[in-house]
Amino acid sequence: MSEVKSILETEQEIIEEFALFDTWEEKYEYIIDMGKKLKPLDDIHKKEENKIKGCQSTVWMVSDFNDGKVNYKAESDAVIVKGLVSMLIRVLSGHTPEEIINAKLEFIDQIGMKQHLAQTRSNGLLSMVKQMKLDATVYQAQQLNK
Amino acid sequence: MQSVHTTFNIESIRASFPILIRKVKDKPLVYFDNAATTQKPQVVIDALTDYYKLYNANIHRGIHSLAEEATAAYEATRDTIKDFINAGHREEIIFTRGVTESINLVAYSWGKANLKAGDEIIISGMEHHSNIVPWQLIAESTGAIIKVIPVNDQGELMMEEYYKLLSERTKLVSIVHASNALGTINPVKEIIAAAHNIGAIVLVDGAQSSVHLDIDVQDLDCDFFAISSHKVYGPTGIGVLYGKKAILEAMPPFIGGGEMISEVSFEKSTWNDLPYKFEAGTPNIADTVALKAAIDFVREIGKGNIRAHEDALLQYATQQLESIEGVRIIGQAQHKVSVASFVIDGVHPQDVGILLDNNGVAVRTGHHCTQPLMKRFGIPGTIRASFAMYNTREEIDVMILALNKAIKLLR
Repeated sequence: MSEVKSILETEQEIIEEFALFDTWEEKYEYIIDMGKKLKPLDDIHKKEENKIKGCQSTVWMVSDFNDGKVNYKAESDAVIVKGLVSMLIRVLSGHTPEEIINAKLEFIDQIGMKQHLAQTRSNGLLSMVKQMKLDATVYQAQQLNK
Repeated sequence: MQSVHTTFNIESIRASFPILIRKVKDKPLVYFDNAATTQKPQVVIDALTDYYKLYNANIHRGIHSLAEEATAAYEATRDTIKDFINAGHREEIIFTRGVTESINLVAYSWGKANLKAGDEIIISGMEHHSNIVPWQLIAESTGAIIKVIPVNDQGELMMEEYYKLLSERTKLVSIVHASNALGTINPVKEIIAAAHNIGAIVLVDGAQSSVHLDIDVQDLDCDFFAISSHKVYGPTGIGVLYGKKAILEAMPPFIGGGEMISEVSFEKSTWNDLPYKFEAGTPNIADTVALKAAIDFVREIGKGNIRAHEDALLQYATQQLESIEGVRIIGQAQHKVSVASFVIDGVHPQDVGILLDNNGVAVRTGHHCTQPLMKRFGIPGTIRASFAMYNTREEIDVMILALNKAIKLLR
């Protein structure tokens, strides 16, 4: 079994991938490509309670908690958002609630997405991060109450 | 009077708007979000700074020179607006924070005094949320009922349905003059005449129309007309409510405070005359003063000239957009202001908006605060390019090129 990469390691990996691109077109092309490759969410999960507010597009997100690790699945009707959420999933999925809650996610800044996306849209991105950390917090509480 | 712009000179107009030289994402700015807000010419920016640099004072009650100068400038805007919309009396011009506040003023003040359970308010299926929600709030508290004129596939009002909705229960019709999401120009004169026939009054939401169309409130015979300054090249935070004098006089105040009173005692206060009865507190003096500069600027260039230029842009943009495979124009009314709203098969508007921004092109994506209208067309939103006097065909070419690139990337 291969060693699971830490959150920081995956962040570093993404930063290095983005460093290969010279133009914004190329960066977006890559994000769009990740978006297109994100596994679609089953229709049963596409319901109101799984929607994330704060985005111009619709984002649905679900998570589960197995063997002390949180796993996320998500989809959006907009492909750039789907690309962004797929990066978040790649970084955070498969980690413990504690690791997820403490993740600083500085890669978003470092690949330039925070400055590049206008305020309202980056708020959408922040809403996704917030939801993921919230889920992790809930699982952590469940663990403690066992 | 000899005008400087006897012919429409696009270079000199563009040079009047300092923001247009800036770059966005290292590309020249192409600003196509004019239906949301227009950019400001230097004369408006100068009027704002001159006010604060030279004669800032509170108006109406001061006897010193600065107060008199500030009062004169503030009241001069009222006269300019009166001429701009051909109102009969200067006291029919009330300054508000914008169209939203203008509509709320009528809904609360007129509505509370005149509506009762079972009365009907007619709006349309293409209203901005600001011409829906104030009526819902007042309907909730009075028991009045809201009726909606449906919209056809072209994005026009179904007038035959409007006539069916009119009855002795109709007390007020509140209708958008030009749709922000579709561009449709509605036949408001006909709507007003029909409402008056059955004794109802009419409010016209002129947020989008007043920058493009000649407005003559006496000819329209509307009872209320709402204008937004920032959509007419003026500052944000200021708007106008025109109301017929007799109706305004009969209305109770909307907000209480200073300025709007005649005499105050702890037992009872009496109200100031129009228009001050509806202008409580220290008003937005600087922005009101600068609004005059915006209106003067528009009148100097000439609305007819501006409209001819914008119509040509709309026609060109529509034609170019339709040549792109999978593009569908939402809103194909016969009469439109310069708004091109569209969707693209298999592509989300937000993705397009992000990629256009990346090319320096500012458009609006989303539901444009008209969720019921988007629902009627079965779409989550559109991409909207709206044109102003300073836009050019070359900018439309930039947008089309960027659109083609975006679609290739996204599909």
